[in-house]
Amino acid sequence: MDKIPADRLYTESHEWIRKEEDGTFTLGITQHAQELLGDIVHVIPDEGETELEAKAAAVTVESVKAVSDVYVPFACRILSHNSALENTPQLIETDPYDTGWILQLKPVDVDPKELDSLLDATDYAALCGRG
Amino acid sequence: MGQRSPLFAAHTQAGGRMIDFAGWDMPLHYGSQLEEHKTVREKAGLFDVSHMTAVDVQGEGSCAFLQKLLANDVGRLDEGRALYTAMLNDEGGVIDDLIAYRLSWGYRLVINCATREKDVRWMNLQATGHAVRLTERPELAMLAVQGPAARDLAASVATSRQAAMIQSLETFQAGEADGWLIARTGYTGEDGLEISLPAAEAELFWSRLLQAGVSPCGLGCRDSLRLEAGLNLYGNEMDETITPFSANMGQTLAWEPADRDFIGRTALTAIQNKGGWDRLVGLIFEGRGVVRAGCPVMTEDAGTGTVTSGLFSPTLGHAIALARVPANTGKTARVLLRGREEEVRVTRPCFVRRGKKVPEQSS
Repeated sequence: MDKIPADRLYTESHEWIRKEEDGTFTLGITQHAQELLGDIVHVIPDEGETELEAKAAAVTVESVKAVSDVYVPFACRILSHNSALENTPQLIETDPYDTGWILQLKPVDVDPKELDSLLDATDYAALCGRG
Repeated sequence: MGQRSPLFAAHTQAGGRMIDFAGWDMPLHYGSQLEEHKTVREKAGLFDVSHMTAVDVQGEGSCAFLQKLLANDVGRLDEGRALYTAMLNDEGGVIDDLIAYRLSWGYRLVINCATREKDVRWMNLQATGHAVRLTERPELAMLAVQGPAARDLAASVATSRQAAMIQSLETFQAGEADGWLIARTGYTGEDGLEISLPAAEAELFWSRLLQAGVSPCGLGCRDSLRLEAGLNLYGNEMDETITPFSANMGQTLAWEPADRDFIGRTALTAIQNKGGWDRLVGLIFEGRGVVRAGCPVMTEDAGTGTVTSGLFSPTLGHAIALARVPANTGKTARVLLRGREEEVRVTRPCFVRRGKKVPEQSS
């Protein structure tokens, strides 16, 4: 199992989310998720609302094998997408935890308790071990 | 655990990600499906196709039997030649597609793995009254070496007799040398070979090919290569309810001699006289997104069709698909992608051959 960074939280749907110093969050998908997907060919931001409910789909990832959605874990506003992924979606494969980030977002009316339902690196490693 | 090819250990050693394929544990890829795809288009890739079924047909009634069983005419084959054909049911539906090789001792048929049981049952049923023996050859391994450098690299690690055979074969020709059946056929749109050999010799040949610079390739890129080449996959492009007319297989129907009464002929003749069947076309979508199997295809005023296979074309860098659409579909159609209707171009069902984009033609 590759190293799972301890400086962030994880979802059961295999996203990682990291709190930045300015209070925004950066979101991506995990090494485990990108391995399951196989070669990634498109990363497509969903059109429409920039304010999303918790667990809403925000981005579509097309791989050679399948299409899958990337979800936001809590109600938020999308601040930006990683524009590098438009031409180089492979960044998610080579560097999922850093330059392969997908979204920057800002929580909207989020109860801090909601964050408690997210997994830390140890719990997430256990989840991948089970899966 | 599924059935295992003689090369199972070689796959895991090469880092193969194993999946279940019609009851067999086979490699999907060895790291990157896109890289493997590219290697086959530019150099040479190695596929284990031992899951496919070889059936030998021998006996004095072999030719007559196969002329009845198969929609293409093995009577046209000289020794050492192969042909692609459908095996039809009485209604003209496709039971399977296969390659038939004419060899010195009879015929070798290579049929699909997923259809093996029903195919063999049907063949045995039809063989009644013919002086033929049908023998499955599960003890053989089958390898496909595909790509522009495939024949040279394969020849470099074979015996001198096999190498001479490899270099002399024309397309769709086959011959036997030192216990191997070597055919210049494939499922990728590239030059290359398909080789049947004793299972005990497979691992050595495999490792020698890898040492010579051939890359192991999995079922994932096998699918994207065949789709770019516009080659059908049984179960996607055709099944027992689909006739060859609607699966871009009309060219494989041998109508002459007119008195050859192959199974399905009567039904197909009736359908031909009636006309208006759905046809198999190519779809091209250059936007972001992948059109996948099962997606409905809406036409201007001809009705609705369905995508039979669709994926991201690594060679072209955009989505391509095969689709069965109504006869009078125009040059464009619409598909539903992520809840939005997108326009696609309708083309002949062939996208890439011999490493190059096939010029687009309306279907």
